Amino acid sequence: MAKELRLMKGNEAVAEAAIRAGCDGYFGYPITPQSEVMEYLMAEKPHERTGMVVLQAESELASINMVYGGACCGKKVMTSSSSPGISLMQEGISYLAGAELPCLVVNVVRGGPGLGTIQPSQSDYFQATKGGGHGDYKLITLAPSSVQEMYDFVKVAFDLAFKYRNPAMILSDGAIGQMMEKVVLEDQIPRLTEAEIIKKCPWATTGKTPDRERNIITSLDLDPARQERHNLKLQEKYKKITENEVRYETIDCENAEYIFVAYGTSARICLKALQLAKEKGIKVGLFRPITLFPFPVNQIKEMAGKIKGILSIEMSAGQMIEDIKLAVEGKIKVEHYGKMGGIIPSPNEVLEALEQKIIGG
Amino acid sequence: MAETLTKQDIIKDENIVYKKTGLMTDKVLSYCPGCGHGTTHRLVMEVIDELGAQANTIGIAPVGCSVLAYEFMDIDMQEAAHGRAPALATAIKRLMPDKLVFTYQGDGDLAAIGTGETIHAANRGENITIIFVNNGIYGMTGGQMAPTTLPGMKSSTSPYGRDIKTMGYPLKITELIARLPGTYFVTRQAVHTPANVRKAKKAIRKAFDLQKQNKGLTFVEIVSNCNSGWKMTPVKANQWMVDNMFPFYPLGDIKVDGELVK
Repeated sequence: MAKELRLMKGNEAVAEAAIRAGCDGYFGYPITPQSEVMEYLMAEKPHERTGMVVLQAESELASINMVYGGACCGKKVMTSSSSPGISLMQEGISYLAGAELPCLVVNVVRGGPGLGTIQPSQSDYFQATKGGGHGDYKLITLAPSSVQEMYDFVKVAFDLAFKYRNPAMILSDGAIGQMMEKVVLEDQIPRLTEAEIIKKCPWATTGKTPDRERNIITSLDLDPARQERHNLKLQEKYKKITENEVRYETIDCENAEYIFVAYGTSARICLKALQLAKEKGIKVGLFRPITLFPFPVNQIKEMAGKIKGILSIEMSAGQMIEDIKLAVEGKIKVEHYGKMGGIIPSPNEVLEALEQKIIGG
Repeated sequence: MAETLTKQDIIKDENIVYKKTGLMTDKVLSYCPGCGHGTTHRLVMEVIDELGAQANTIGIAPVGCSVLAYEFMDIDMQEAAHGRAPALATAIKRLMPDKLVFTYQGDGDLAAIGTGETIHAANRGENITIIFVNNGIYGMTGGQMAPTTLPGMKSSTSPYGRDIKTMGYPLKITELIARLPGTYFVTRQAVHTPANVRKAKKAIRKAFDLQKQNKGLTFVEIVSNCNSGWKMTPVKANQWMVDNMFPFYPLGDIKVDGELVK
């Protein structure tokens, strides 16, 4: 049977993907440019489709803590927001990471700092990949660059979150969230029953039965030695994630002399810039990190030995460029080009920046 | 026949007048001697035990003196961020409506940093039970002024007494939430005398019974002491509580069967 095909906004794709991935609960708070996620869910009545709970909370503080409560029970739970709202959630995200709880947080990024603008941006890279809240922790961070990937990464993120008992983030932006593209929809995955959850998540607070000790979910341990052991265990987990879960895409990188490194909307701009470059006879490829944590360090390091320079294209003042530079270890030139405040750079500007900053620089 | 009684002679079913609560763990309580938390913990666990609901109950500990409540209660528990327990409880109950879900919170947690979560969970009529221990002070952090600290009452951040003009009024959050249509049973109790302990237990039992009937949010405030925060002996602290806290926070039911008590 042919797969179901639908024209959707990126935000709507996230919502539909959540229902079909067997998500148990969505807890959110309205904020532009991602409010369509909850609007779509409310209109769809997922309670009737799968039994999924959808609740509009009184704040992002409440919604992320509702996610925490549900995650403690082994439920597949999520929230979505945009930059200022995600800043408010950082406390809760830190607790989720500290207590090793699986969940999905979608950030449809807008320009900042502060209230900033409602237009697309990529200036939350540091916040997403370096921790964001207090303490040493990491989020598994996926960066979609199409509406299809907005859809696909919901399931991927849930799978990774449960595999590692770690919060996962989809780091999107206002452009991907708002634009419409066709999406291939997968079949419905049934929600887990309580018995299935108990089997899959024996740590979950589902009610203490006589056959086991009580389950306690906490990130608190006042004993420094034990707290350090817990931190070491987390670091061990992040190492494992780094070794196993790096995802990326390369386009025209084989014989390239120069490389754009870009994710999300910036990567789409670069695709067009590749065409323009080809017409000019410039050998440039695109390296698109799909996981921002874990960052494709080794792949970029290996590539650096074969090319002359890298231009990092980001809709920010240059954040991912720090990770690229660490990977390249000073071997070749790495520069940044980007726009801020909600402006999307044009392919011509991107190519011009390559010519000026890397080729001619 | 032996002349003196041995332990074995004494430990007989017919001699037992009191025993350790089944759902309290063997962990020694971390609370100060004379503090009301220990008794309140026991009452909640006795009620869960009597309801035969251990396998069906999920509790939420706050941040504050009872942050380690999960060490003492032999049930599945979650530790919330400061003030957020009602948000956790909301999600748990929505996702698993057949469970008994309760939060156990102090005054700083529930009535200051968590005011938003408390009011909105109550206003949505979440079918959860909130046990609210009000001792008018931040105990865990060393006796700072709480939202419920009485006018003129000294604390480490109101060393000359709470000045209403600059520090604001104590918040009667229990009366406030009783006015919200989502709450069904709201009461204020104490655990400083055996008679009050019995009444408080009855109220807690009622709160959980009503939760089982999905009547809306049930809320039990326990006005308690904090002898170390108040810098008094336990006996003096209880007397001070009777003389000063009870006139401001009068004991008794505030809302019954969804109706405010006249």
